[in-house]
Amino acid sequence: MAPTVGVHASLEVLAGLTGFHVSHKVTSVVPESALLIVLGFHVSHKVTSVVPESALLIVLGLVLGGIVLAADHIASFSLTPTVFFFYLLPPIVLDAGYFMPNRLFFGNLGTILLYAVIGTVWNAATTGLSLYGVFRSGLMGDLNIGLLDFLLFGSLIAAVDPVAVLAVFEEVHVNEVLFIIVFGESLLNDAVTVVLYNVFESFVTLGGDKVTGVDCAKGIVSFFVVSLGGTLVGVVFAFLLSLVTRFTKHVRIIEPGFVFVLSYLSYLTSEMLSLSAILAITFCGICCQKYVKANISEQSATTVRYAMKMLASGAETIIFMFLGISAVDPLIWKWNTAFVLLTLVFISVYRAIGVVLQTWVLNRYRMVQLEIIDQVVMSYGGLRGAVAYALVVLLDENKVKEKNLFVSTTIIVIFFTVIFQGLTIKPLVQWLKVKRSEQRDPKLNEKLHGRAFDHILSAIEDISGQIGHNYLRDKWSNFDRKFLSKILMRRSAQKSRDRILNVFHELNLKDAISYVAEGERRGSLAFIRSPSTDNMVNVDFSTPRPSTVEASISYLLRENASAVRLDMQSLEQRRQSIRDTEDMTTHHTLQQYLYKPRQEYKHLYSRHELTVDEDETQDKEIFRRTMRRRLESFKSAKLGVSPHKKASKLLKRERVQKRRNSSIPNGKLPMVSPLHDLTIKEKDLELSDPEEAPSYDAEEVSRGIEFLANITQDAATDSPSGIDNPVFSPDEDPGILSAVPPWLSPGETVVPSQRARVQIPHSPSNFHRLAPFRLSGKSVDSFLLADGPEEQPHAPPNSTPM
Amino acid sequence: MGSCSSRAARIPDVDSIQRETGFSQASLLRLYHRFRALDKNEKGYLSRVDLQEIGALAVNPLGDRIIDSFFPDGSLQLDFPGFVRVLAHFRPVDVEDLRNRDPQEPEPLNSRMNKLRFAFQLYDLDRDGKISRHEMLQVLRLMVGVQVTEEQLESIADRTVQEADEDGDGAVSFLEFAKSLEKMNIEQKMSIRILK
Repeated sequence: MAPTVGVHASLEVLAGLTGFHVSHKVTSVVPESALLIVLGFHVSHKVTSVVPESALLIVLGLVLGGIVLAADHIASFSLTPTVFFFYLLPPIVLDAGYFMPNRLFFGNLGTILLYAVIGTVWNAATTGLSLYGVFRSGLMGDLNIGLLDFLLFGSLIAAVDPVAVLAVFEEVHVNEVLFIIVFGESLLNDAVTVVLYNVFESFVTLGGDKVTGVDCAKGIVSFFVVSLGGTLVGVVFAFLLSLVTRFTKHVRIIEPGFVFVLSYLSYLTSEMLSLSAILAITFCGICCQKYVKANISEQSATTVRYAMKMLASGAETIIFMFLGISAVDPLIWKWNTAFVLLTLVFISVYRAIGVVLQTWVLNRYRMVQLEIIDQVVMSYGGLRGAVAYALVVLLDENKVKEKNLFVSTTIIVIFFTVIFQGLTIKPLVQWLKVKRSEQRDPKLNEKLHGRAFDHILSAIEDISGQIGHNYLRDKWSNFDRKFLSKILMRRSAQKSRDRILNVFHELNLKDAISYVAEGERRGSLAFIRSPSTDNMVNVDFSTPRPSTVEASISYLLRENASAVRLDMQSLEQRRQSIRDTEDMTTHHTLQQYLYKPRQEYKHLYSRHELTVDEDETQDKEIFRRTMRRRLESFKSAKLGVSPHKKASKLLKRERVQKRRNSSIPNGKLPMVSPLHDLTIKEKDLELSDPEEAPSYDAEEVSRGIEFLANITQDAATDSPSGIDNPVFSPDEDPGILSAVPPWLSPGETVVPSQRARVQIPHSPSNFHRLAPFRLSGKSVDSFLLADGPEEQPHAPPNSTPM
Repeated sequence: MGSCSSRAARIPDVDSIQRETGFSQASLLRLYHRFRALDKNEKGYLSRVDLQEIGALAVNPLGDRIIDSFFPDGSLQLDFPGFVRVLAHFRPVDVEDLRNRDPQEPEPLNSRMNKLRFAFQLYDLDRDGKISRHEMLQVLRLMVGVQVTEEQLESIADRTVQEADEDGDGAVSFLEFAKSLEKMNIEQKMSIRILK
């Protein structure tokens, strides 16, 4: 059966990718114009900063629908449940799962589940029952609805919609815990919705009087089957997918395809088995992300990332447009003021009550308390969306007599929540969070120290361990390391799993390859070994430096101030103005180049943004600095270099260096209470990667260090010019650069030496990719400095690379 | 989580720690677990390396300075009370605590001044009670991207010191430091929610 499903699925995928506008009566003009419009939105940030994109799209859809209706006198397009459930929803949910911040998600899983299950049931029951109560009181007039119909309606209107929530919360920047709770809830409540919907639909079909206790019990059981089954299907497919990508080394081209096809297959499979498809694809994404990202090549990873974002954004756009367009259809509208208004009131009120009650219970167990503000945002962020619409359209008119009333009410509810609440939630969040003080320019001190505080906080957060569950997480990561990763990851990927080291490794590897290739092209590898500096780089390191000019203003100022001037007034003025520009420049520089604290740049999940690169660069930069400093202080402790001696040595070196490149005085960070204790265990060497540093013995280490001290001494002489930030100057102390010999360093060993990188005679084009690094680092990183295996002809035999 | 209180008794000196830091028992217990998890070889104390192994700290520009602040006076071991004492600086300021506080008692660790002092000592490496221009420059180097030239950095450091320096000694004392930040909501900015 499996192959048939596979073929079927890939056909579906094809249909989904290319043909849905052909085969489903949707002219291709609509989605295309939609994308164009989104482009327009993104160009003009003014509009989207106030109005959420989803709201704009709905309005746009209404306008388009109106035009079509005026031209054709019949509503030609509408969002059909098939298109929605099979083609538009899966990419969005897959995207959400694949880019899910796992740690945060599982850290809050309990809370999320409570809101998703109990919360949704509560919403469905209370809304349905209250509407029924009001109906019995006669306020709604004469409608052909029974209790079960009301409950059915309640169940489909109860669920918070992942698409709408994401679209709106993306633009409201709330704290990460709150975000993950609302986001997670909206994803996981699908199982509840599906079960409730199916149960009540079958009850309605049966007829109210024939429903027995057994049926209810069946309903409850089916909830567990549907949700757990869906999850299981997702996990199984995630396992399969990880396993498959492990062996795609030779078919890189289709690697990304597997990711999409297999996850989509998980969706279809669970749909076929009547399990929760959304859960399946979500968990498929969540579980496979780690292994897939480690297994597939860099290019494939990029392809997957962009393709996924593209499909998800596209699907989202189309959904909201079509919601707008579908509303313009005179045939579906049936108005009942009391029903519509009361539905709106009930869903908001009961959501709020539900949230408050559940939070009250949860806060007794949660480490991170959910405060009043959080609760308000959660209640207010309960947006309904296309899932509800698709479900209501699916209703059978013969069984549910007032289908049209339900449809129109659902549309009103969606529009109200997406447009009105979406519009107001941002101001609400801002208004709740801050009593804004008077606007003034922050002083330099405030800016600098403020940023320092941010860094301190994030460090303390890391040290104190963010959100409970450490024990479970430890157990899981043990299990993962021992078994799962072994099965699911390529061997090479297993070794270098640390994200940062990984990036380094990749870059270095490429560098090394091009370096050796270059050598081969020139006919000999001799230049690798020659330590001479004369055939130094002709790679162009110069990069636009933001403002050497600006900095020199201060000199200008000093000169001017000392110059003889009789007109004191004008002097004063001049000083003032120069002072101002300089102030501005300084503020600007700080604003732009201060490192951002973690919270500011690590987006939790964003549908539209893929800005990892910048963050990674920053991370790498800091990582290098940190490692370098640690190695220095380690070295000083390890080799017992007395700080004084070292300092004097440094001073000398600095003077030399200063003369040489006329850069700035003291680039050396003083040893911060260096470790004098020589009893540190060898294991302490594993500076960077807590998980998988190899063990080695002391003798090896010290020999390695001596050896490296020798070669780096050579290497250190080729000081390149033009380093401005002395933290990065490569050669304050030759020995300390490489306390950890590469073959002992955790992770992979391929690290072309500084010399290797610097000495490549020509072909700057090879290195363009690395240009920013060079600017930043020019040798900098200790791992880069530690010379690679090809560099060690005289390495002691017992320490040859692993 | 009713079992917490009973298990919290396992922490040595739990009562005195609680009195000093103001942490709840549940938080203490959680921090104790964290402490034990960080302690790689069950030594009963943390070494610098234990903290350095936290991956996120390696990409935090001030990471190492913060680690150092856990090890005052060049000590090499960090026991649990010391660990909690540092973290207690970041406990949110509780309004009720403030009101009920006995003026005779020393300021709690999470007071505004103590929060500031914690930050101050990150800058003041030589512990002379002043941030010199040189020390300011070092911090700037850590925190500013490499695109900024050393000249610019120096000029920024000059300015920053000048701005805060009131007595004209070319360095920022703790009082001057506190004064330059008086408009900032330190209580909020230097508190972590999870450290209740």
